[in-house]
Amino acid sequence: MITFLLRRLFTSIFVIIGVVTLVFLILRAVPGDPVESILGEQSLEVDKEALRECLNLDKSLGEQYLLFWGDVASGTLGELCDERGVTVMDRLVANIPATFELALAAMFFALIFSLPLGIAASLRPYSWVDNSSAVIALLGISIPNFWLGPMLLILFSLTLQMLPNPGSEVAGLTALLLPAVTLGTGLSAKLMRMTRSGMLEVLNLDYVRTARAKGLPRHLVILKHALRNALLPVITIVGLQFGALLTGAIIVEKVFARPGVGMLLLDAIEARNYLIVQGCVLFISFTYVVVNLVTDVVYGLIDPRIRYD
Amino acid sequence: MNLLRLPQLRLPRAGNGANHFGPLAYLGMAILAMVAFVAIFAPWLAPYELTHMDVTRQLQGPSAEHWLGTDENGADVLTLLIYGTRVAAVVGISVVGICSTVGVILGAISGYFGGWIDEALMRLTEILMSFPGILLAILLIFITQEPSIPAVIGALSVSGWSSYARLVRGQVLAVRDQDYVEAARASGLPTWRILQRHVVPNTFAPVIIQATFGVAGAILAEASLSFLGLGPQDMPSWGGLLDQGASYFLLTPHLAFVPGLAIMFTVLAVNFVGDGLRDVLDPRKLASH
Repeated sequence: MITFLLRRLFTSIFVIIGVVTLVFLILRAVPGDPVESILGEQSLEVDKEALRECLNLDKSLGEQYLLFWGDVASGTLGELCDERGVTVMDRLVANIPATFELALAAMFFALIFSLPLGIAASLRPYSWVDNSSAVIALLGISIPNFWLGPMLLILFSLTLQMLPNPGSEVAGLTALLLPAVTLGTGLSAKLMRMTRSGMLEVLNLDYVRTARAKGLPRHLVILKHALRNALLPVITIVGLQFGALLTGAIIVEKVFARPGVGMLLLDAIEARNYLIVQGCVLFISFTYVVVNLVTDVVYGLIDPRIRYD
Repeated sequence: MNLLRLPQLRLPRAGNGANHFGPLAYLGMAILAMVAFVAIFAPWLAPYELTHMDVTRQLQGPSAEHWLGTDENGADVLTLLIYGTRVAAVVGISVVGICSTVGVILGAISGYFGGWIDEALMRLTEILMSFPGILLAILLIFITQEPSIPAVIGALSVSGWSSYARLVRGQVLAVRDQDYVEAARASGLPTWRILQRHVVPNTFAPVIIQATFGVAGAILAEASLSFLGLGPQDMPSWGGLLDQGASYFLLTPHLAFVPGLAIMFTVLAVNFVGDGLRDVLDPRKLASH
């Protein structure tokens, strides 16, 4: 167990070093002068020099790399050039809660929608329930969420007047509902099919038949004996997809004009703010690596069949 | 991975009954044939020139002259939609072509030779796969100042090959020590010939299935990039239309509605075909029935 944890931790650290290096190299591969692309060609030479110094572009590539690691290791991710004293991390911290709230709500929606449908489909394979859930799942993964979002808004806010108008200041759950549904639909479709195939695999196994044969009620067999084992692959997908949800949040935040890491990234791209762009990209991929690590460990802890040697 | 499996219609199971395409796969192929037709003959099908803009008629609803209305520049939405088919087709096919070729070659090398080269390639794929979804493509496009179609294709391919490489590597590991490969080695065949003739063809079935779904993924990824304003600036794309449509969707919902349907039906059609191919090609699927 300890060796497994250490080895897994070692891989994650290696991957994070790789990610940091890759992001560093990509941003240094900008064609032309990044300073000019930020300030414009007509800007004053003094300003250009100041920005060049602030971005460490006056130093050698090796020095820049070390300074970059310094910023990552200290957790600041660099100090902004246009606002002295404010770090990229300050900006991220201000936006992370909104994005996590959205991603977790989307995950929650995906689970409560997909699990019952997936179970129902597996209990009657090739019935109308199964066939229609398969069609819903295929639609779910084919609908672009930047289209689903606006359509849901038109339907529920404007036509049916059931939810607050976009733009009106409403806090609380209703404001979160449509973005979460939009973001969670794709994941929900995948989880539904995973649950179905996972359930189908275990439903015919001997221990399930034994449980039925000794007279346990059907719902108990399904929930306690079959579902618990069928859910193992689902947990992996949930973990793996959390990173995809963070990337998807970039789009959903734009659709619903919601503040968050995605909006921070898009605004920074627009303003060509290199530090914030690299900060957001690093944050999303670090989160992804950490969530994957946690998923692997949790999976190992709950599945007694997995051995660590 | 049974994520996208379609319901098997209750066809007679006798004989090799499972070994053919279902009706949905044919429907998918028909839709894709139509998309290809529109993409190839776009200039003849479009009611207006691509450059046609009428600034006096901006953001209009559907009418006799403009079946799908006009956009913020007064351009005909139907024309843009028809030309957008080209971007979707070119990006979808090129990205998958590049990714699967690079992935098959590197995956085969990795699996067959093992050792440090395997170690290095697999660590590289792990790093590339730590950027979820289109995040790496967003970063790559950010550094190219004016994203063009080749830039978008390149950005989506940089991380896309890794999943093919890992898939092929696994397949190669499974066959590399089989007797027939051993026999080929013993008969003195050059290594590249063994890979080409005896090892790589065994990986094709899962690669074709993954590549088909990959086309759907690439089309959605391109549309997402365009929606974020990071798509090709030199051609109208479906995602770009949706980006515009989203800014005005309260005024003119039709602007976003039809391009979204176009993306959805194309992606759905590709997925239908992918499911059909999996039912026909995947031996494990057949065994499990």
